[in-house]
Amino acid sequence: MGELRLMKGNEALGEAAIRAGLQGYFGYPITPQSEVMEYLAQQEPHHNYVFLQAESEVAAVNMMYGAGGAGARTLTTTSSPGFSLMQEGISYIACAEIPCLFCNVVRGGPGLGTIQPSQSDYFQSTKGGGHGDYHTIVLTPNSVQEMVDFVYLGFELADKYRTPVTILSDGAIGQMMEKVELPDPIEYKPDKPWATTGKTKDRERNILTSLYIQPEDMEKKNQKLQKKYEKIKQNEVRFDEYKTEDAEIIIVSFGLTSRVTRKSVDIGRDKGMKIGLFRPQTVWPFPYEKLSEHADKDRVKFFISIEMNAGQMVEDVRLAVCGKKPVHFYGRMGGIVPDSYEVIEQIEKIKE
Amino acid sequence: MKKGYKLIYKRPETLTKTRINYCPGCFHSTIHKLLMEVIEELDIQEKTVGVCPVGCSVFAYNYMNVDMQEAAHGRAAAVATGIKRMLPDRYVFSYQGDGDLAAIGTAETLHACNRGENFTFIFINNGIYGMTGGQMAPTTLEGQKTTTSPYGRDPEKIGLPLKMSEIVSQFERVAYVERVSCNTPANTRKAKKALRNAFEYQGKKLGTTFIEVASNCPSGWKMTPEQSLKWLEERVFPYYPLKVFKKPDKKEV
Repeated sequence: MGELRLMKGNEALGEAAIRAGLQGYFGYPITPQSEVMEYLAQQEPHHNYVFLQAESEVAAVNMMYGAGGAGARTLTTTSSPGFSLMQEGISYIACAEIPCLFCNVVRGGPGLGTIQPSQSDYFQSTKGGGHGDYHTIVLTPNSVQEMVDFVYLGFELADKYRTPVTILSDGAIGQMMEKVELPDPIEYKPDKPWATTGKTKDRERNILTSLYIQPEDMEKKNQKLQKKYEKIKQNEVRFDEYKTEDAEIIIVSFGLTSRVTRKSVDIGRDKGMKIGLFRPQTVWPFPYEKLSEHADKDRVKFFISIEMNAGQMVEDVRLAVCGKKPVHFYGRMGGIVPDSYEVIEQIEKIKE
Repeated sequence: MKKGYKLIYKRPETLTKTRINYCPGCFHSTIHKLLMEVIEELDIQEKTVGVCPVGCSVFAYNYMNVDMQEAAHGRAAAVATGIKRMLPDRYVFSYQGDGDLAAIGTAETLHACNRGENFTFIFINNGIYGMTGGQMAPTTLEGQKTTTSPYGRDPEKIGLPLKMSEIVSQFERVAYVERVSCNTPANTRKAKKALRNAFEYQGKKLGTTFIEVASNCPSGWKMTPEQSLKWLEERVFPYYPLKVFKKPDKKEV
């Protein structure tokens, strides 16, 4: 049993990073994630990591590239407009295969938008974001506890696959306080023979690059990345289910909305509706197979994707269900969180 | 070694045995060699990490036999910051052109200098975008013709060429700034000394070190190598004088 504390999501994420062996944090202030920075700035003297406030998110992501390339365990956190600025860097990091952990505490967009929670960066996070064929592993916490757990998991997966990992959170998960169990600190000992730490006599020089000017070489690099992504798809799909065993209606939600719709399941069941909740914890790789299995069940009548956006994950749900059952969507935008009763009303409308 | 012969010069081990692809007459190859000689002479190959930019020297890691990272355009100073902060006992350098350091990467350059990041900038200022075929750079001289200033750089429209050494030498935490060139053997020797100073100061953690090379680009300038040397003397040095802008106090050194 780790240490129990009542913590804000953003601060818990910072504390988890320290315990998971953080070596370098580079960030730029933006609401609603600034508490992560503030927490890590405050804690820096008591621990052995570097905290640096960059001049922009563009600089921060490139500091991540340098520090991660030097073999360090690195984290940056930001919110939507800042994450957009980081996309170029993430494309380079993905191609140069540098382990780095990102957390996007999403706020409503587009543009400067609002500082309220949203899930409208789903496409950006799961379908690329920057240029070129690449993915980051995308973890979607729905509690302060998962803000902590996914930091450990995120660092681990980043190292294991030499890939950038994104924690796709939102303004509510980042700001809310909950009871959280903090795992014991680990002593991080990186084993990264590829890192640029200085060419010793016993090895060739290490080069981290995303430049392959000959198209044959660039294709080979892409094939290598795709092979890695296939492996990730096989091994790292994560999801959680609630009362889906006998469900006729399956709600699909991730992150904050899954907290809302979990209650909708109970409200619906009290009314005699057989509802269940399917919650992807990784949205890349997306749990296509498991959802497809549900679609094959005769008892399942339809799916409904509930999101805080104009309908983004629903496209993946449709891909998974592949026309076998109807797939509906209900969403709120611009920083509005739907409530559990509203969701039931929508489902009742479909049933009529 | 044959009997009776004395070795007076050899290729440094810190340069790979790759054929260099720079245009004939370009200073890049000379500066690569000087830099790698300095690293060999200081015996710091095992402790050196370089960052190359986007531009003509994008392939610098093919020639330099040290660990290297390839940065996105303009971001070398941020990448070098990340490396140096994680590995403070290593020697870190960024090798950047004028478009990279003084246009798209100006913010990263100035903030790294203001923080006094303890790495060495090697700034190759040839007043043109060589890699992309000779477009106007932030350091293109007034009236100088390029493919995107075909009637000559017009300060009314685009301002005057940026003087980066003059700018960064004003930052308190910048320890050493010198502008050098390689147009004559004497200046080439001075350039090597400046590079050596920069790495020595970096080793003593004195702050940011910044070496600007007033360089040439025969291909982009549409000149023979010889004409390019003349252009340097007549046009470039009057605007970009070769000098030490800032150096550490004697007692620090």
